[in-house]
Amino acid sequence: MLNFFQSLGKRGLNFFERLGRANIFIFRVIAGMPGLMLQPRLIVQQLYSVGVLSIQIIAISGLTVGMVLGLQMYTTLVDFGAEDSLGPVVALALVRELGPVLAALLFAGRAGSALTAEIGLMKATEQLSGMEMMAVDPLKRVVAPRFLAGVISLPLLAAIFSAVGILGSYFVGIGLLGVDSGAFWSQMQSKVDFNEDILNGFIKTVAFGFVATWIAVFEGYDAVPTTEGVSRATTRTVVNTAFAVLGLDFVLTALMFGGV
Amino acid sequence: MDKGGDDALVKIRNLTFARNSRPILDGVDIDIPRGKVTAIMGPSGTGKTTLLGLIGGQLSPQQGTVVVDGQNVADLSRNGLYLLRRRLGMMFQSGALFTDLSVFENVAFPLREHTKLPEELIYDLVLMKLHAVGLRGARDLMPTELSGGMARRVALARAIALDPMMIMYDEPFTGQDPITVAVILKLIRQLNDNLGLTSIIVSHDVQEVASISDCVYLLSSGKVVAQGSPEHLYSSESAWAQQFLNAQPDGPVPFHYPASDYQADLLD
Repeated sequence: MLNFFQSLGKRGLNFFERLGRANIFIFRVIAGMPGLMLQPRLIVQQLYSVGVLSIQIIAISGLTVGMVLGLQMYTTLVDFGAEDSLGPVVALALVRELGPVLAALLFAGRAGSALTAEIGLMKATEQLSGMEMMAVDPLKRVVAPRFLAGVISLPLLAAIFSAVGILGSYFVGIGLLGVDSGAFWSQMQSKVDFNEDILNGFIKTVAFGFVATWIAVFEGYDAVPTTEGVSRATTRTVVNTAFAVLGLDFVLTALMFGGV
Repeated sequence: MDKGGDDALVKIRNLTFARNSRPILDGVDIDIPRGKVTAIMGPSGTGKTTLLGLIGGQLSPQQGTVVVDGQNVADLSRNGLYLLRRRLGMMFQSGALFTDLSVFENVAFPLREHTKLPEELIYDLVLMKLHAVGLRGARDLMPTELSGGMARRVALARAIALDPMMIMYDEPFTGQDPITVAVILKLIRQLNDNLGLTSIIVSHDVQEVASISDCVYLLSSGKVVAQGSPEHLYSSESAWAQQFLNAQPDGPVPFHYPASDYQADLLD
């Protein structure tokens, strides 16, 4: 029994210690941002590998999610003769929830894990120490551009996800199921509010982008510099990001739409 | 023990460092003389690499001081430390080349980060540094295309890119073939003398390192157990020095991990 409490206490202490380190880490990364503006090439490179290379999985997933959503919603709505509302229903689901959350989860799997593995391996192969010994701060040179690229990329990827998803449901709804095209778009236009829905969804994606990239770069930087350590860190990135994004989503949704 | 006097570029006094309450270095005194090649030798796990981390300010000692060129490393601010590091070169065991940059860009890296030199000048400087290590022709290769020995030579070219006052070599010969070892040995000595550097080699390749060192420190269990010129050590009476230099399996460094009495253990 005593052992149980001991290990619980130890885990708790470890957790808060890591949280503290993660916070100091992110402050130092953000403090390194101004200098980064002088080297836009570094950001562009990372935007490509973090953002552009994720477009494929985001677009394909968005398309299939939109198609399935169109199909599912249609079968429910048609019972009430409300199939003309397919457009707004799908758009709201995607813009408010599924776009930000699923894009963030896919981002963690595609870009987050790659960031952790890359930074972790740079640590394991002494590249980060080498940089420090050359008087170059790896937080500024390696981590800051990757972090910024992640924070910029995720909102754009989520927008792509939602847009492609809406197209997917359009193909299914109008092409296969015979929903009226005019009603699909005009209802969507009148029911989806820019501030209430799109802006709130965008704020979510920025928050998710911050948290997901923060976890990815921190796990990489904090990894035990061995093969096993990097592999564990990569797993932790995906798992922790999923928890963090889903938890944060609930809080943000409650604040934005729940009237809390 | 102050025989280095003012000629010592690095003065280490009573240096103590422990990791997770396991002592690594225990009251070490070392002087690294200017312009010389100094070897730090000893069995694996005696804190040789840790010592380099302490000299470069990557680790902080629990006790004692490391003074590099008159500055106490532990007292330096972050900026002060970075300014000092610009004057230090370090060659890591693995080379630590940036795998996403070509050989040329790896050597150009410190120049691009710390100087505002025009591109033509950087080009010339990088080729000069690569020529010094014999790899001018390999400038366009990626680190993955290099052999282990070539990677270390590129790392060496990168370490001298900013014309440092001192270079630290962390196990430069581990896992290298005899020709590569000979090449790196020659380069270490040549660069030291031609560029007026001070060199510290951390290694356990006794014969090789002793052949080019002016001064050797033998570490064991976190303490300096013998020191002096290679000739002095070879002729010394120290049991430590004799065991290590002549590669004897048993001696002051015991063959057996500490255990209870063998006979008692078997009959238990």
